[in-house]
Amino acid sequence: MPPRGSRGPLPPLLLLWALAACAARASEITFELPDNAKQCFYEEIAQGTKCTLEFQVITGGHYDVDCRLEDPDGAVLYKEMKKQYDSFTFTASRNGTYKFCFSNEFSTFTHKTVYFDFQVGEDPPLFPSENRVTALTQMESACVSIHEALKSVIDYQTHFRLREAQGRSRAEDLNTRVAYWSIGEAIILLVVSIGQVFLLKSFFSDKRSTATRVGS
Amino acid sequence: LALYFHIGEREEKCIIEDLPSDTLVVGNYKVQRWDIRTHDFLESAPGLGMFVTVTTPSGEVLLSKLYGPQGTFSFTSYLSGEHIICFQSNSTRFAVIAGSKLRIHLDIRVGEHFLDESAIQAKDKVNEVNVRLEHLIEQIHHVTKEQDYEREREEKFRKTSEETNSNILWWAVVQTLILISIGIWQIKSLRDFFISKKLV
Repeated sequence: MPPRGSRGPLPPLLLLWALAACAARASEITFELPDNAKQCFYEEIAQGTKCTLEFQVITGGHYDVDCRLEDPDGAVLYKEMKKQYDSFTFTASRNGTYKFCFSNEFSTFTHKTVYFDFQVGEDPPLFPSENRVTALTQMESACVSIHEALKSVIDYQTHFRLREAQGRSRAEDLNTRVAYWSIGEAIILLVVSIGQVFLLKSFFSDKRSTATRVGS
Repeated sequence: LALYFHIGEREEKCIIEDLPSDTLVVGNYKVQRWDIRTHDFLESAPGLGMFVTVTTPSGEVLLSKLYGPQGTFSFTSYLSGEHIICFQSNSTRFAVIAGSKLRIHLDIRVGEHFLDESAIQAKDKVNEVNVRLEHLIEQIHHVTKEQDYEREREEKFRKTSEETNSNILWWAVVQTLILISIGIWQIKSLRDFFISKKLV
């Protein structure tokens, strides 16, 4: 995770602006959403901040969830039903508490594991240009490019990790289902075929008199 | 501490963190209680504490402590896998009373070793780049650890898929054999039966 809130010494006048605009935060949480449940998260965002909400369902049922994002007035900014994965970027139009909810209310007995990543604001520059007299040195610009590349690497890594977890969950589901179904089918096969023979035998055993009449 | 959510007073809320081994996790939280009189969350609630429990993938409890209404907890994973971090308040009041609920602010950071802010503000050019480079090296180490863990998980995934594949094949063969042998037994048994009943 890139460093947050770390910058050189700022003049006091710019401090307030910096706190409001450069307050970059990212929260990522993986939690379990039981069936018929809804879980909401809230965050206070300043006006003009660019935010990104990304979520993915890792385990459970059909790997889908309802998601809803509302602004402080209650207006719905984003609403999707039964989505497996999505990413939504928006700019806060006003100050206040934004709310986003994940709902598993359509499911009767499967609980889901949901991952979300809510990024607020852009990251502050590594080497802030406020008090700068000269341009960035080669060392510093190398640092900045490595930092950007690493952020991208970590981002891809997280996506890959989640997709792999989802795939593994599906594979384990499939394995259990194949095992149980095969055992069940073999038992049904045995029971039905043995039962058929005994049933047929019982038809002929009861009506012995009818059989001899048929025979003669 | 910006992101928050609500839970009931006696409810336990857990979050899952899939971690490689030897990873440091630091969590900051703040809990507020709903006040029925002012219809708002109290800024501070003295006496309110939070049980933080961390369970390792093997079921062992790594951390189980009672913290105050605001606190920081940290732990280092020694196994790789899904660690479960649970929060429960130590409130003894029943939640039935006026539907009280708690607001929990949460911030969890995985695999970060925080920059020493004072070192950056030392206004020493070389020092600043030095500190940044060290942080970058930490990040790269974390990426490498995650990759090793990913390799383990992918192997488990592949094993499960191969097991499913051989399961399907084996059960299909077994079922065909059962079908054939039962069929033969059925015909034989019925033929013997009809012969004994003098129908054939």
